[in-house]
Amino acid sequence: MKLAYWMYAGPAHIGTLRVASSFKNVHAIMHAPLGDDYFNVMRSMLERERDFTAATASIVDRHVLARGSQERVVDNILRKDQEERPDLIILTPTCTSSILQEDLQNFVDRASIISDSNVIFADVDHYQVNEIQAADRTLEQVVRYYLDRSHRQEVLDQFVTDAPSVNIIGIFTLGFHNQHDCRELRRLLRDLGIEINQIIPEGGSVEDLKNLPKAWFNLIPYREVGLMTAMYLNKEYGMPYISTTPMGAVDIAECIRQIQKNIDTLASSSSNKRIDYEPYIDAQTRFVSQAAWFSRSIDCQNLTGKETVVFGDATHAVSITKILAREMGIRVSCAGTFCKHDAEWFKEQIQGFCDKILITDDHAEVGDMIARVEPSAIFGTQMERHIGKRLDIPCGVISAPVHIQNFPLGYRPFLGYEGTNQIADLVYNSFALGMEEHLLDIFGGHDTKEIMTKSLSTNIGLIWNPESRLELSKIPRFVRERVEKNTEKFARQKGIQTISVEVMYAAKEAFST
Amino acid sequence: MSVKIDETLTVECETGNYHTFCPISCVSWLYQKIEDSFFLVVGTKTCGYFLQNALGVMIFAEPRYAMAELEEGDISAQLNDYEGLKRLCIRIRKDRDPSVIIWIGTCTTEIIKMDLEGMAPKLEWEIGIPILVARANGLDYAFTQGEDTVLAAMAHRCPEPEFSLRERKEAIQKGFAFPSREKEELDEYANHPSLVLFGSLPSNVASQLNLELRRQSIRVSGWLPAQRYTDLPSLEDGVYVCGVNPFLSRTATTLIRRKKCELIGAPFPIGPDGTRAWIEKICPVFGAETKGLEEREERIWESLKDYLDLVRGKSVFFMGDNLLEVSLARFLIRCGMIVHEIGIPYMDKRYQVAELALLRDTCIRMCVPIPRIVEKPDNSNQIRRLRELQPDLAITGMAHANPLEARGISTKWSVEFTFAQIHGFANARDILELVTRPLRRQRNLEDLGRTTLVRKNNKF
Repeated sequence: MKLAYWMYAGPAHIGTLRVASSFKNVHAIMHAPLGDDYFNVMRSMLERERDFTAATASIVDRHVLARGSQERVVDNILRKDQEERPDLIILTPTCTSSILQEDLQNFVDRASIISDSNVIFADVDHYQVNEIQAADRTLEQVVRYYLDRSHRQEVLDQFVTDAPSVNIIGIFTLGFHNQHDCRELRRLLRDLGIEINQIIPEGGSVEDLKNLPKAWFNLIPYREVGLMTAMYLNKEYGMPYISTTPMGAVDIAECIRQIQKNIDTLASSSSNKRIDYEPYIDAQTRFVSQAAWFSRSIDCQNLTGKETVVFGDATHAVSITKILAREMGIRVSCAGTFCKHDAEWFKEQIQGFCDKILITDDHAEVGDMIARVEPSAIFGTQMERHIGKRLDIPCGVISAPVHIQNFPLGYRPFLGYEGTNQIADLVYNSFALGMEEHLLDIFGGHDTKEIMTKSLSTNIGLIWNPESRLELSKIPRFVRERVEKNTEKFARQKGIQTISVEVMYAAKEAFST
Repeated sequence: MSVKIDETLTVECETGNYHTFCPISCVSWLYQKIEDSFFLVVGTKTCGYFLQNALGVMIFAEPRYAMAELEEGDISAQLNDYEGLKRLCIRIRKDRDPSVIIWIGTCTTEIIKMDLEGMAPKLEWEIGIPILVARANGLDYAFTQGEDTVLAAMAHRCPEPEFSLRERKEAIQKGFAFPSREKEELDEYANHPSLVLFGSLPSNVASQLNLELRRQSIRVSGWLPAQRYTDLPSLEDGVYVCGVNPFLSRTATTLIRRKKCELIGAPFPIGPDGTRAWIEKICPVFGAETKGLEEREERIWESLKDYLDLVRGKSVFFMGDNLLEVSLARFLIRCGMIVHEIGIPYMDKRYQVAELALLRDTCIRMCVPIPRIVEKPDNSNQIRRLRELQPDLAITGMAHANPLEARGISTKWSVEFTFAQIHGFANARDILELVTRPLRRQRNLEDLGRTTLVRKNNKF
């Protein structure tokens, strides 16, 4: 039992639902008590989804507790089969229902005999894996299911396409800037003359999964989700995969060189002419992306040696750490991730790019670390943004978990060459804001007017003594007025005539509860 | 009376496959209401993630609630529940020093049969802080019913007064042991037995209702819950109680059966019609004649005129998720709207009897048929009905709001009604502000001619 206010990764069934609802025409059924279907709220609100989320609950209530689900789960599966005619129905338990230890696999087996849809049971252990790991597994499970089936039916087409082609694996719903990244990757691959065979799971059709092996290789943009699928395809179908995240100019170049190597290997057999992406990398890095030039500009010089803290999922935390340290000359005092299951890889990747490494999923530990380091800027999740607010340190959000403002309508990729521009803006703006605020504080907030002359309060009977007036002037300009008003309000409530420093803080306490 | 209602009002029951919030969400408003409390939700990651996502920014304000997250060892009983909870509660006492810790039991604690009620008194004695247990789980309850379970648990802790009522009355008359200010205040009221109101409302709404009753010379001697746990009202045989929200049936039952209180069955003070009916039910109990109520209601309706013009003749469909539906529907019918369907998670016909009667009377008065009431609705059936009826407004949860909007059906999130101030005469405008917002937005965007924003081949 542990005390928790906040978690970086959700429960396993959320991961399964994210994968299921990303595919076209796949319906997920949760074996869950009333109220556990808040995934639909998240998707509808955060992604501003126009369509009904294809996830429903087969409700576990008091009767189920007493007598078991009996026919209910099977009925619900068949009903969805009739109503929605999905290609695939995925049944998943939740934390709660998995304790009941009902034989859900049996329900699935029974339902799949009768229903027209395929039915599978999400094979994830709710007390062993979190949202991210579950998503990875579920994706692999779905791919494996359809490839095995096609294999049995002997409809599997293993001949690769004539032109170089790729599968992008791991773009899905509620992912951090995934939609924009996907568009950027398409553009990058088109520039390289590579066709896109399939993108899964987002917008993919399960009936098309049998064509996955037609691609020359797989690209796994995010480490968290897709790697298991890539490894499976590599083992069973000999498909090579590239898991270098194309984030930041150096890693994009690295990723493109790996693509070149893969294509060369496959093309040499059919004696195609060799390709050379170096000129492309050079042109993009120097002129299309502004990030390389930005690092040379005097703006970025000012950031030299500034201290930062980075925290997020493994993919984003590693890439951003490398960008800050290697491409912008900023000092990363501490880099960390909540992906405890991937700690080894994380440590290995950022070796030499940061002073300290923090692997934890306890937000309080992250907060304490930030308070100790006192960096000039933080790059983290929404949680770190709020820690930053409390400590008056600016924060750029670089990773899930996220809020609705991290689903921008405008084009904001983190991957590819446009991504480098976006990241440069994000980094620069975070620091510039921090500097500005700092300067304002040093110079008394550029506010040369006497504080008392500009008051919104109507009460004239209140006197601020010299100490409290001084204290007030120390408060950053943009909140000063509010503090002033609240203090006076408090003093009036208490019948206090003279405002001392004590009164100010008593008021602060009174208003902060 | 209930027989009569059954003749005209029918409550259908569907499959119960509907979307609503988990009842543990009640901690979000109760921790703010009860200032010296701490809520500990004993559950899994699923519960925690729900709170984190549903309550959004509140999480970051160092709230006075937390999860006691059960791990695999707790589920398989390898770890000692009592020791675990004790460790967490001691830490809470050290960090926050609350006057009460409220354990919220969840589905998981039900399934593994964790004996929270058994452990609480023992731990309470050991650490010296009252511990209440409320089983606000999704197996049994929906959304606002969470508050009901907490208040029912709290009712048990309301103190018995030290003097009997008669003795106290004499003491008051003598002015003995009471400060003079209080004595003066007492003189304003008719001398009547105690009245305690139950239901959590923001403190200014509670004072508005207090004031409303004071105008009728009725004194409210306390609220369940009070602003602080230490100020719980005293309850005993003969104290009158009245609910302010339609989802408090367990609390009402507890007050009647365990505390021997007298329940005043009244419609709920939602909308000017509801508020007036509520007061009119309370006054005769204390032998007070109502003064100027009719004019007051009339004035409120007058002030709502601009909004009433907007809603008149428009149709509305309640999908149902927070149990406020009957009261809101009754108010909206009185405003001139046509209600197609009242979905509701759970219908306690005994507790809501007066509200249902008012609904029926309102329908007769406004010459509209009584809408169908659907208990435990089925969302996919409802969506089919919505497609056929094409109402002007659907009041629905957030899971369906955006998809319905994209299909040209205006929606209002039902959750907002639980967080907005909707009780009493003064707040009737706020209800209509919420209800008309989608209608006003639609009017503002009308000329753009883009009402459906989904592709043709998409399913409804």
